[in-house]
Amino acid sequence: MSALRGSTGAAGGATTDRPDQPDRPALVLRGLAKSFVDVQAVDGVDLEVRQGEFVTLLGPSGSGKTTTLRMIAGFTRQSAGTIEIDGVDMTHVPPHRRDVGMIFQNYALFPHLTAAQNIAFPLEMRRATRSEIKRRVAEALALVKLEGLGSRYPRQLSGGQQQRIAFARAVVFHPRLLLMDEPLGALDKKLREALQLEVMHISRQLGATVIYVTHDQEEALVMSDRIAIFSRGRIEQLGRGEDLYDRPVSLFVADFIGESNILRGRFERDGEGGWLARGNLRWRVAAAQEDRAALSDGSAAAIVVRPERLRIVGLNDPAVAAPGVNAVEASVRDALYLGSIRKYELMLPDGQAATVRRQVGGGEREWQSGDRVGLIWAVNDAVLVADPNG
Amino acid sequence: MRQLRPVNARSGRRSREGPIVNRWALLAILPIAFLGAFFLVPLVVVSLRSVTDFAKPTGDAFANYGRFFASAANLRVLGNTFWVATLSTVVCLALGYPYAYLMNIVRPRVAGLLLIAVLLPFWSSLLVRTYAWQVILRDTGIINTFLLDSKVVDEPIPLIRTTLGVMLGMSQILLPFMVLPIYAVMRRIDPEYTKAAANLGAPPFAAFRRVFLPLSLPGVLAGTLLVFVLALGFYITPALLGSPKDTMISQFIASAVQQRLDWGIGSTMAVILMGLTFAVLVIASRFIRLRDAFGSLEES
Repeated sequence: MSALRGSTGAAGGATTDRPDQPDRPALVLRGLAKSFVDVQAVDGVDLEVRQGEFVTLLGPSGSGKTTTLRMIAGFTRQSAGTIEIDGVDMTHVPPHRRDVGMIFQNYALFPHLTAAQNIAFPLEMRRATRSEIKRRVAEALALVKLEGLGSRYPRQLSGGQQQRIAFARAVVFHPRLLLMDEPLGALDKKLREALQLEVMHISRQLGATVIYVTHDQEEALVMSDRIAIFSRGRIEQLGRGEDLYDRPVSLFVADFIGESNILRGRFERDGEGGWLARGNLRWRVAAAQEDRAALSDGSAAAIVVRPERLRIVGLNDPAVAAPGVNAVEASVRDALYLGSIRKYELMLPDGQAATVRRQVGGGEREWQSGDRVGLIWAVNDAVLVADPNG
Repeated sequence: MRQLRPVNARSGRRSREGPIVNRWALLAILPIAFLGAFFLVPLVVVSLRSVTDFAKPTGDAFANYGRFFASAANLRVLGNTFWVATLSTVVCLALGYPYAYLMNIVRPRVAGLLLIAVLLPFWSSLLVRTYAWQVILRDTGIINTFLLDSKVVDEPIPLIRTTLGVMLGMSQILLPFMVLPIYAVMRRIDPEYTKAAANLGAPPFAAFRRVFLPLSLPGVLAGTLLVFVLALGFYITPALLGSPKDTMISQFIASAVQQRLDWGIGSTMAVILMGLTFAVLVIASRFIRLRDAFGSLEES
């Protein structure tokens, strides 16, 4: 999947004139905002989703991801901005004519209808013939592997089965968009992991465009083509999992996705990139990083290095002085064996902590608690971001 | 919620945990004794009198019942009782369902005011309210005086001593019994269901008819049953606001006992009314759980 990096692209404007264009985006949000009485829940969200793409809105609770989803579904009216589905402006389209399927957090299966009647509901609303309803309900039940349970009522189904019925009900009418609001949140971990793959596979199989809301970063990484990280009502960063992990644009993203080592200091510019300085420690910052972060000289900044990109070497190891490498002296506080990896907790001379993860069995030397070591990383493996708290 | 109830408390485990009767249950002895002395005993006495107390000596224990069913007037009044009860139930449902619906969709503050408005009748005496209706409805009452003075009509329009008058008086009194169970059930309907219906393509009315209405039906059935059963026993309101045509069996019972001192036939009619009411409950219990009807305000 190629990534449409950044927010709104150029394609949005031209598509309404050419509705048959296959590369027309499935969903375009522009400047979407929602303010409630005392809080700005969503504050200017731009997003463009391609046909068949699986995009996850990921963020802590209260970051505006669910409100955004509800605006797309039409349950909440936006305060500003536009929502386009298949090139059509949805501002004045009521929810029942938006043709988007939604899976609710609590599934919202109608308790007075059987599983099959629940799945038939959207088809009946679209005045499908009885034989077609029967056929498509059977297909949908087969799709979620619950043939034979159509006559059960929701309360007679397990949580996982209810989730599947909700999924079947949301896709049976081939909606233009499939919205999911933490659909796996109520399930236990094992079932959740199995269903993650299943939801992903079935969505791909159907070619559905999915907007998925979760606060679980692992779930987001597993399932999504692209992830939009939400913070305080805005998209902090949008991109593939790799982009977010390897090139976070902010401390928030670095901290939210995966484990990070965050080394804080002041940014000092020079001709080819710059330095991050803290006391008498100085670390090289690559020119590409400096361009990207666009920090002014002397501003508070941090470099982010993933734990598996750090290496521990002896203090006199020649690697410490190699070009293109940053190094700092550190002491090992804890050496933990976790099966496939070893995890080291280190302390830097200025009191900052660092975590290192190394694969077991790579022939690397093992370190013990109390060892004085050199901690090194390639300049290009570190990401420079602004430090808003600095 | 339901599954959180301590199941063990009712099962055999109890014996290990303490005496069979909780000490607090002793507090119930007094009310039970009260009910026994002032409700159960009179009930038995009335039932007995219907088969022992005769206006004329007879060998047939069920002579009073024979007498009752032999009279066309009695049967007409009995039928009328059910007719008036049905009508007032229909009126209460027609008024009560939209009212409960409104309470359910407005902001909590407004819902509270609506609740107070519907409960207000509870806080004033039934007799006072019925007389108040008289003041409003009678030929020289507020409505007719206004209509006559403003020359809309030449002579008073009949409002009092009509079935309309009875309906107004009874439905005002009975409305809370319809509104409260319906509202209680509506409040428990997750608003996500209606949203889900809309999301799946249901226009507002279809979402209401296919999803909200069926889910609110237990409240409707409960309210209907409650109002109907209560209406069967109405007495003062039809007597003061209705015509002789609207006479209900309670009035017959009262006049038999108070005016003719015929305890036998009075008791007989009371037993018949009670039996029929009970029959209604038995039939209704096949369709709804009576607990819903009579305990509808408890959170389940």
